[in-house]
Amino acid sequence: MTSKGSRVEMPRQAPKERIKNFYEVALGYTPEMAMETARYCIQCKKPGCVKGCPVNVKIPEFIEKIAEGDFAAASRIVKETNSLPAICGRVCPQEEQCEKYCVLGKKGEPVAIGRLERFVADWEAENMKIDTPPEPVHPTGKKVAVVGSGPAGLTCAGDLAKMGYRVTIFEALHAAGGVLVYGIPEFRLPKSVVAREVEYVKSLGVEILTNVIVGRTITVDDLFEEGYEAVFLGTGAGLPKFMGIPGENLNGVYSANEWLTRTNLMKAYLFPEYDTPIKTGRRVAVVGGGNVAMDAVRCALRLGAEEAYIIYRRSEQEMPARAEEVENAHEEGVVFKFLTNPVEVIGNEAGWVTGLKCIKMELGEPDASGRRRPVPVQGSEFVIPVDTVVMALGTSPNPIVSQTTPGLRIHDWGGLIVEEQTGLTTREGVYAGGDAVTGSATVILAMGAGKTAASAIHRYLTEKQGR
Amino acid sequence: MFTIEAKRVLTPVTKLIVVQAPMVARKARPGQFVILRCTESGERIPLTIADYDREKGTITLVYQEVGKTTRLLGRMGVGDAILDLVGPLGMPAELPREGRVLCVGGGVGVAPVYPKAKAMHEMGVDVVSIIGARSADLLILEEEMRAVSTAVYVATDDGSRGHHGFVSDVIKQLLERGEQFDEIIAVGPILMMRACVEVTRPYGVKTWVSMNPIMVDGTGMCGACRLSVDGKTKFCCVDGPMFDGHAVDWAEAVRRSRIYLEEEKIAVDHMNCAEGGCRP
Repeated sequence: MTSKGSRVEMPRQAPKERIKNFYEVALGYTPEMAMETARYCIQCKKPGCVKGCPVNVKIPEFIEKIAEGDFAAASRIVKETNSLPAICGRVCPQEEQCEKYCVLGKKGEPVAIGRLERFVADWEAENMKIDTPPEPVHPTGKKVAVVGSGPAGLTCAGDLAKMGYRVTIFEALHAAGGVLVYGIPEFRLPKSVVAREVEYVKSLGVEILTNVIVGRTITVDDLFEEGYEAVFLGTGAGLPKFMGIPGENLNGVYSANEWLTRTNLMKAYLFPEYDTPIKTGRRVAVVGGGNVAMDAVRCALRLGAEEAYIIYRRSEQEMPARAEEVENAHEEGVVFKFLTNPVEVIGNEAGWVTGLKCIKMELGEPDASGRRRPVPVQGSEFVIPVDTVVMALGTSPNPIVSQTTPGLRIHDWGGLIVEEQTGLTTREGVYAGGDAVTGSATVILAMGAGKTAASAIHRYLTEKQGR
Repeated sequence: MFTIEAKRVLTPVTKLIVVQAPMVARKARPGQFVILRCTESGERIPLTIADYDREKGTITLVYQEVGKTTRLLGRMGVGDAILDLVGPLGMPAELPREGRVLCVGGGVGVAPVYPKAKAMHEMGVDVVSIIGARSADLLILEEEMRAVSTAVYVATDDGSRGHHGFVSDVIKQLLERGEQFDEIIAVGPILMMRACVEVTRPYGVKTWVSMNPIMVDGTGMCGACRLSVDGKTKFCCVDGPMFDGHAVDWAEAVRRSRIYLEEEKIAVDHMNCAEGGCRP
C-alpha cells in the first residue's frame, strides 16, 4: 500500500507574536488537515507505532477513522486505551515513541501521530457534548485510593473506575492535574484542556479530593483503616534541586518549580488581576537543558524578560529537551550558552542577583549516562549580567509519603522501590508509578505506569477476594 | 468545606477565626500551620494553627490584616467558607515535657505561641510568658496566656501597657536578674525574633523561633521558603517552621522576606482601586 496524503505542518503562532502572550503556540489541525495527514498512514499490518506507545493506543485504527472523516469513531478508539489524549497529543515526545517506529519515518517523515491524536481529542471536546460513555461495568464495591492527580494518578484512577472500583484521588494542591497544571505552561498545554480531561476522569465516577496531603492530612495507614483496599502512589517528583553554589539564596534565584508554579498554577503573568507575584527582571538565566528548562525560559520571555538565556554545561547534542521545544525556544529568541556551567550567583549589597558567574566546559570521556562528561576549562570564568536565575536541574521524589508510611522502601536518590511489571512497592496493597518511581520523566511514561498498576491492583484485589 | 464557625475581633487589625476543617484538626499539633486561599485568583498564604479541637473538627487561626489575602479574610464572617485550606503542614514543635520555659509572643505572634504554651503547661512545664505589641489595644490573647502561664509580662512599644519597649528588653531583664530557663520560644515579626535571639545568645539559652517566610505550595516543592540554618539550606515548610534561632542566618531571612514588598503594595492598591477607592 502506498501513501496518499502527506504530513501536514500544524499552524503555529508567529514567534514575535507568541512571546507576548501565554496562548497556545500550536494552533491545531482543521478537519481537512487532519484527513490529509491521516491518509498519509499506510495502515501497516504489523504496526511498529503501537509498540512504541507506552499505553498502546490503537494507532492505525484511529487514523483510518480520521481518514474516513468519522472523527467520533476515532475518538472512541483512542479513549479505549488513553484517558488523556488531548494532553498526550500535545506533550508526548512522539519522536521517541510511536513516530520513531513508523515505517514511513525510515525513508521520509513519519506520520504525525501526535498531532492527529490532539486533533481527535479537541474535535471531541468541541463536537461531542456528552463524553464518550464508558462501557458499563459492575461495581466491585471495593475502594481504592490514588495519591496525586498528575498523569499517573489520573490514568490509574480512570482505569480502575472503568473496572468497577470506587476510586478517590487525594491531591495536595488546590487544583487537580499535578505537573500538568503547576509545571507545563499554558502555551504548551492549556489548563482548560487539563480541566476537560480531569472532568472526563470524574465522569467515570472518580472522586477527587483537593487540599489533602497524604502523609500530613491523612496517612497511608489511615487510608487502609478507612476501608481502602489498595493505594496507588503517583506523588511525582516534586523536590527541586539546587547546585550548592554560593549565592543561591539571593533574592531573584528561583527553582524551576517555584518559577513555573507561580506562573502556571498561580497565574502570576496576570498579576495584579491574580494575586501571586513573580519577579521577572530584565535578563533571566535558566540553568539546565531539559524540557522544564525550555518551559521556564519561554515563560521568562512571556513574563517580559528582554534577554533570556539557557545555561547548559554540555553541548546542544546532549540536551535532553525535545528538539521541537528547543526549536521553539530558538525561534523565540532564547540565547543558548552551551558548555557553560554556573559557579556562583553574584548579588549586590541589598542581596539581589546581578549576575551569574560561569565557567567554560569542554567534553571529555563518556560518563555513566553515555554522554561525554563536561569538564571545566581552568581559568575560563566569566560573568553574565542577569537579574534572575532559575535553576532547572531536575527534581527528585518528595519524601512526605515514604517518611510517613511504614514498610515503604526507597532508593538512595529517593525513588520508591517497586516491582517493574506491576508497580507493587515493598508494602502489600501499595502500588506506585510515574516520577515518584523513576525520577523526573515524561507524562506518557507516568500514564503507562498508572495503567500497569491499575491492572496489577485489579489482579491483586481479585485474588485477595478469592483467598 | 472550611466554613468559619466563629470570629472574634481581637484588635482593629487582628482577627481570630474558628474554621471547620476536620481532617486538619484530627492531625494538627502545636507548631504546625496551614496554607489557605480565599478566591480563585487568590494567593496561597501560610498561617499558624493557633488552636484545634479534634472533636468539633475545627482549627483556630489568628491573623493580622497586612496584605490582600488577610484583608479579604478579615471581611469574611461566620458562615462564610474559605475556598482552599490545606494542612497540617510543617514539623510539630518538639516541646519539653518538664522544666521552665519562657514563651515570648510579639504582635500577632502571640497566637502561634499560645498552643505551645498550652501544651507545655498541660504536660507540667513551668511556663513563663512575655507578650508584646505596639500598643495596649493591639495586645492579643492575654487571658489565654495567663491561663497557661505562672507569670505573664507585658511590653508595649509606646508604653501604654507594661514595660515601655520591646519584648526582647524584658527577656534581657529576666536573664540579667538571674532567672533560669531551660528553653525560650520566641514567635512574632522577624525583626522581633532576631532581637530576642541576639539578647539570649550571650546567655547560651536555647532559643526556638517560628519562621514565617514566603511560601507557595508548603510541601517542599518550590523552595521559596528556603533559609540558611547552621550554614545549610533548609525549607521552612517541611524542615520547620521551628528552628534554633541562634543558627538562623537572619540577614538572609530578613532580605528574603522582603522580595515582594513592592508587589504586595500593588496588590492592595489594585484591590482598593477595583472597589472604587482609587487614589487620584
